[in-house]
Amino acid sequence: MSFVDRLFHWFTSSANWSGSNGIPELFWRQLELSAVVVVTALIIGGSLGVVLGHTGRGGLVAVNAANAFRAVPTLALLTLLAIQPSISLKWGGFLASWIALTALAIPPILTNTFVGMREVDADVREAAKAVGLTGAQVLRRVEAPLAAPFVMAGVRTAAIEVVATSTLAAFVSYSDLGTYVISGLDTQNTVLSVAGALLVGIMAGLVALSLGLVTRAVTPIPLRSRVGARSRAARAAAR
Amino acid sequence: MLLLGANPFFRWSYVTSQWGQIQADLVQHIELTLLAVAIGTVIAIPLAVLAWRFRIVRTPVFGVASALYIIPSLALFAVLGGVIPGGYVPPHSWFTAEVALVGYTLLILIWNTVAGLNAVPSDAREAATALGYSPTAALMRVDLPLALPYIFAGLRVATSTVIGLVTVTALIGLGGLGQQITYGFNIGYNTPIIVGLVLSIILAAIADLLWVGAQRLAVPWSRTSRRARQGS
Repeated sequence: MSFVDRLFHWFTSSANWSGSNGIPELFWRQLELSAVVVVTALIIGGSLGVVLGHTGRGGLVAVNAANAFRAVPTLALLTLLAIQPSISLKWGGFLASWIALTALAIPPILTNTFVGMREVDADVREAAKAVGLTGAQVLRRVEAPLAAPFVMAGVRTAAIEVVATSTLAAFVSYSDLGTYVISGLDTQNTVLSVAGALLVGIMAGLVALSLGLVTRAVTPIPLRSRVGARSRAARAAAR
Repeated sequence: MLLLGANPFFRWSYVTSQWGQIQADLVQHIELTLLAVAIGTVIAIPLAVLAWRFRIVRTPVFGVASALYIIPSLALFAVLGGVIPGGYVPPHSWFTAEVALVGYTLLILIWNTVAGLNAVPSDAREAATALGYSPTAALMRVDLPLALPYIFAGLRVATSTVIGLVTVTALIGLGGLGQQITYGFNIGYNTPIIVGLVLSIILAAIADLLWVGAQRLAVPWSRTSRRARQGS
C-alpha cells in the first residue's frame, strides 16, 4: 500500500472516529483549549493594550517587553509548569497548557491592540472630546470601534499560533490532535503523525477563515475597504 | 520559589557538573539557527525581489510562504520526517529540521523585503534612472540598500522565531537547548528546563543586539529606523 493509501485508510477507518482517542474528541479538545487560551489572552493582553493605548503612556516599554517574550520557548514553559506537582495534577495537563499557551498568545494581541489604539486619528479623538464625550465615552464609542480591526488582526495571529502550538500540549499529557503527532513520532508511524498534522492544519485554516469573517464584522462599515490595506501596511512596518 | 527537597527551583551544581553537555547543546542550537536564517535569507531575498517586480509571482510566493507559516512546527517536523528517509532521527533529522525552520523564516523575510522595496521613495528611483542606472544596477545599488532597514527588521524577527522553534526539534532527536528541556521534563527536574529557557532568551537577546550592530554598519545613514522596528 502506498503512503497515500495508508493515510486514506487511516482517515476512513471507523475506529479512528470514535472513543476518547477518536478524531472528533481530540479535535474538540484542541479547539476547546485553544479557545480558552485565546479568550484569556484577549482579556489580559487586550485590556493592557487598551489602557496603555488610551493613556499613551508606557506603551513602548510594554511593546518591547511583549516582543522579548516571544523568545521564550513555549516547550520550556510548558514542561516546567507540567512538572510542578501543584499544576500537573490539575485537569490532566490542561492547566499547564493553558498558562504556557496564554503566555504565547498575549504578545501579538497586546501589541496589535496598542498599535490600533495609537492609530486612532488624534483629530478624531480631539473632536470627540470637543463635543463633550468623557474619557470613558471616547474609549467606548470612538477608540474601541476604530481599533477593533487591529485587535482582531492580533487575535487572528495569536489564534493561529495557539492552534498550531497546542499540539505540544500532548507532550505534557493533555490529549489533543498532538497526541497523533507525538505518538506517531515516538513509534515512527509516519501515517499517524501526518494525519495529526493534517487535522491541525485544517483546524488552523478554519480558525483563520472564521476569524477573518469576524474581523470584517467588527470593522466599522465605512472603514471596510480601507482597513485591509492599512492594517497590512501596519503589519509590514511592524515586521 | 518555594520548592524544596529533591527538585529545587534551580540547582547551580547541575550547571557546573553538566557544563560540557550544556555547551554542546548551545552550540547545536546556534548551528541550527544560523543555518536556517542563512538559507532563509538566500532564498527569501531573490523571491521577494521577484514578487515585488512581477505581480504574477507575488500571489504564489505569498501563498506558499503563508501556508508554511501556518502549519504547526511540530506537525511540519513530523510530516517532513516521514517524507525524508530516516528523517525522525539524527543525522537525517538535521535535514528535516532545517527544511521546516527555513520555511518559517521565509514569510517573515519575504514580507519585510517587499515592504522595504515598496517603501523606497520614488524620487530615489527616478534619480537612479536619470543617472543612467540599468534596472539591475538600480536594484542592487539603490532599491535594496534603501530597503535594508526593513530587511534587518525581518532578520531580527526571523532569528528570534527560529531560536524559539529550534527547541521543538528535540522531539526529532536534535533540539539544541531543547535537549535540556526534554531531559528536565523526562526526569521531572526543574534546573535543566530553566537552563534551556534562560539560555534561549539570552541567545535571542544577543542575536538581536548583533543584528542591531550589523544594521548600524550596513545602514550608516539611518541610525534609527524606528518605523521599521516597532513591534508587530
